[in-house]
Amino acid sequence: MIVPLDHMLIVAAVIFCIGLTGVLARRNILLTLMSIEIMLNASGFAFIAAGTKWGHPDGQAMFIFILTMAAAEVAVGLALIFQIVHRFKTLDADAVSSMRG
Amino acid sequence: MAAVFYISSALAILATLMVITRSQIVHALLYMVLSLFSIAVAFFSIGAAFAAALEIIVYAGAIMVLFVFAIMTINPQGEKTGIGIATRLRAWGLPVVMSLIIFGEVLYVFVHATFGEAQPKFVTAKEVGITLFGQYAVAVELASILLLSGLVGAYHIGRRKKS
Amino acid sequence: MSWALNNIWLVPLLPFTGFIILVIGGKRLSKALVSAIGPGSAGLSALVTIGATAGFSRLPAGQDFVNVPVWDWLRLTDALNVSCGFQIDALSLLMALVITIVGSVIHVYSCGYMAEDDGYQRFFAYMNLFVAAMLLLVLSDNLLLLYVGWEGVGLCSYLLIGFWYKEPSNNRAAIKAFVVTRIGDTAMILGIIYLFLNLGTLNIADLQAAAGNNWETPSREAILATILLLGGALGKSAQLPLQTWLPDAMAGPTPVSALIHAATMVTAGVYLIARMHGLFELAPPVQHAVAIIGALTLLMAGLSATVQTDIKRVLAYSTMSQIGYMFLALGLGAWPAAMFHFGTHACFKALLFLGAGCVILAMHHEQNMYKMADGLWKKMPITFFAFLVGGAALASLPFLTSGFYSKEGILTAAWNTDFVLWGAGVAGALITAFYTFRMIFLTFFSETKSNHHRDVEAKTPLTMWSSLVVLAGATVGLSFVRSWFAESASESESILPEVVASGASILGLFGAYLFFKANAFHEGRTSLWLRFVSGGFGFDLLYDAVFVRPFAALAFRNRNDAIDRGVHGIENLFVKIFTITSGLQTGKVRQYLIGIALGAIALVSAVVLL
Repeated sequence: MIVPLDHMLIVAAVIFCIGLTGVLARRNILLTLMSIEIMLNASGFAFIAAGTKWGHPDGQAMFIFILTMAAAEVAVGLALIFQIVHRFKTLDADAVSSMRG
Repeated sequence: MAAVFYISSALAILATLMVITRSQIVHALLYMVLSLFSIAVAFFSIGAAFAAALEIIVYAGAIMVLFVFAIMTINPQGEKTGIGIATRLRAWGLPVVMSLIIFGEVLYVFVHATFGEAQPKFVTAKEVGITLFGQYAVAVELASILLLSGLVGAYHIGRRKKS
Repeated sequence: MSWALNNIWLVPLLPFTGFIILVIGGKRLSKALVSAIGPGSAGLSALVTIGATAGFSRLPAGQDFVNVPVWDWLRLTDALNVSCGFQIDALSLLMALVITIVGSVIHVYSCGYMAEDDGYQRFFAYMNLFVAAMLLLVLSDNLLLLYVGWEGVGLCSYLLIGFWYKEPSNNRAAIKAFVVTRIGDTAMILGIIYLFLNLGTLNIADLQAAAGNNWETPSREAILATILLLGGALGKSAQLPLQTWLPDAMAGPTPVSALIHAATMVTAGVYLIARMHGLFELAPPVQHAVAIIGALTLLMAGLSATVQTDIKRVLAYSTMSQIGYMFLALGLGAWPAAMFHFGTHACFKALLFLGAGCVILAMHHEQNMYKMADGLWKKMPITFFAFLVGGAALASLPFLTSGFYSKEGILTAAWNTDFVLWGAGVAGALITAFYTFRMIFLTFFSETKSNHHRDVEAKTPLTMWSSLVVLAGATVGLSFVRSWFAESASESESILPEVVASGASILGLFGAYLFFKANAFHEGRTSLWLRFVSGGFGFDLLYDAVFVRPFAALAFRNRNDAIDRGVHGIENLFVKIFTITSGLQTGKVRQYLIGIALGAIALVSAVVLL
């Protein structure tokens, strides 16, 4: 094994946590979406790490599925962001709060 | 090979940190691309060449380009550009704490888990393809349906109605 | 035994069925259908009662008591065994006949009187329920079932006094009636429990037999039990000291006053004492107290009646006074005399009330006697004649009226027993005649020539004046059956008491005539004494000051006690929870994200650490 498995998983975990922080802390919608992408990427990393440990291609197959899903999600998410910008004229997440109470 | 992995993963972590702390969106975007590239190199170094290639082509090459298009279309400028960060450090307190909690738990699991030894093996694209279209054939079909629905949905949601 | 006797349970059931039908049908039923069901069920019940009376009279001599158990109601071990059954003897049949026949007549009258009213269906539903409850009261064979009927009539009294509920004073009068009678009811249920604990049974016949065997005369237990039962009777029959509700109960419609507060419900106390006469005979002090209360009430109420301006209040105080006569008779042990007076009183008092109702309706709901139109006796001849018949009976004019014979029975019993009470009775007869004819003169013969602002309503409906005729006939007819009620030893040695009593009534009549001719009756007299008398001798003020105000003040002081605080505390707690949880919905996406993340962290922690 080139690199011990726990090292790889720790890297994935670090990137995941950074992504989590970004999701919760940023107010710009686009950056929130980007942070979600970071988290997805990190979880894909974990899958690949597990796959290489066993020498199976299943890890990369899972990674492909995650990638597919991320792509579809980004597409729909950006379409929604377009509508929000068109209506609210801002990228501020706190502006989209008319369902208060 | 191990050194490559460590260097590229360190670079990835650094770049990701940059992504979430930039005030300009375009900067964050570029750092994101850099992060993705670094992760792809890391994939190469542990023997997952196919995944690395996919990462570059799809993730960095398509999804991030989509983001770039979005930003160009929305064209945020003026006060929209610097939205978000960190003039208020207070906003970062809770997320950092929560992330540290998650990370701590992950570490806890890893410390108490035993990972067996395995042999280094270079997984080729051929093997991945066989697995995909043999074992996971249904999942591939489902993924394609997902993409279709994403396509239709994105088109419908993003449509400007002539009102 | 005859069919009617065997199926005596039909008698209370028929009006109750009428009640159920009217309640379920409600406004959906047409007025004609309601008019058929309401009086019809009472009339059918009357027919069954008449059949039962015929069957009863054909029983072999010596059997004066029939027991018809229907089903077992409560059976707790062997100690408590209450059945839902009926007993029939002369007393219960008399009461049942009066209730059903007079009740049916009043129902028919109400078809005319309440014809324009919105709550037509509701009225007949309540009246049917009342008749059913009253019949249950008089026909039941055990005290618990009697108490059920007792409470039922109290409920119907409340419902019917407050029938026109949109007027707040009617509601207050209804509540007053209910609360005051409730005091009596509480005493009564305590008496029932005491009797049960002491004698082990609630069946009336068994009760009196056991009391006769186990208790000597006089006995502490009998005195206590009869005092408690007397409390109940005082409340329902509006005698001192629980009499304050009856004048205010005139707020209800006139047929209600006729049926409930003249003929039947207020005589429930009389029935109770008559029914439990075995117990009362074992407690002579209490029986004497009954007579004294009766005498006091009849004097007080009679005096109050002489200064009233509202025609219905005159009749209300008059009812109080006449029931005082019945109590007097009961207290003297003259059971048949009391019941005969009950029978005649039911007829003539109902007649007077219904006649007053005709007058009120013709004068467009004017009840003040001083405001009646002139020469009413010419304009409403049938009503006037019927009223005269009833008034003569009430004043017990000699030899002509059944009222004379019934009052004679009572006064004769008093003459034979206690001279003071006889004197009170004679004085009462004078006062009765006085206020009766004052009422008649003021209402029908007023010549003030200042009251022509109201025209007399053209025609009294057929249902109304035919009822008057029937009741007048009954009043007169009862004088021919007085031999049924005469005791064997009721003939006194001298005719002096009869002469004095007759003289008293005629004196009262002439007194009223003289006063009227001299224009001595004025409205709105403000002398303190007259206001005191007219207000029922200040009992309302007394009770208000002694009971009502302190209790209200205490309740107001206690309005924030621990229980209230507990309840409000629960309420405040829930309001706080609501405020907090609704504060979570800010609409801000980032906060929702934080919520999601927190939840995920919690889950993961749970899995990892546990």
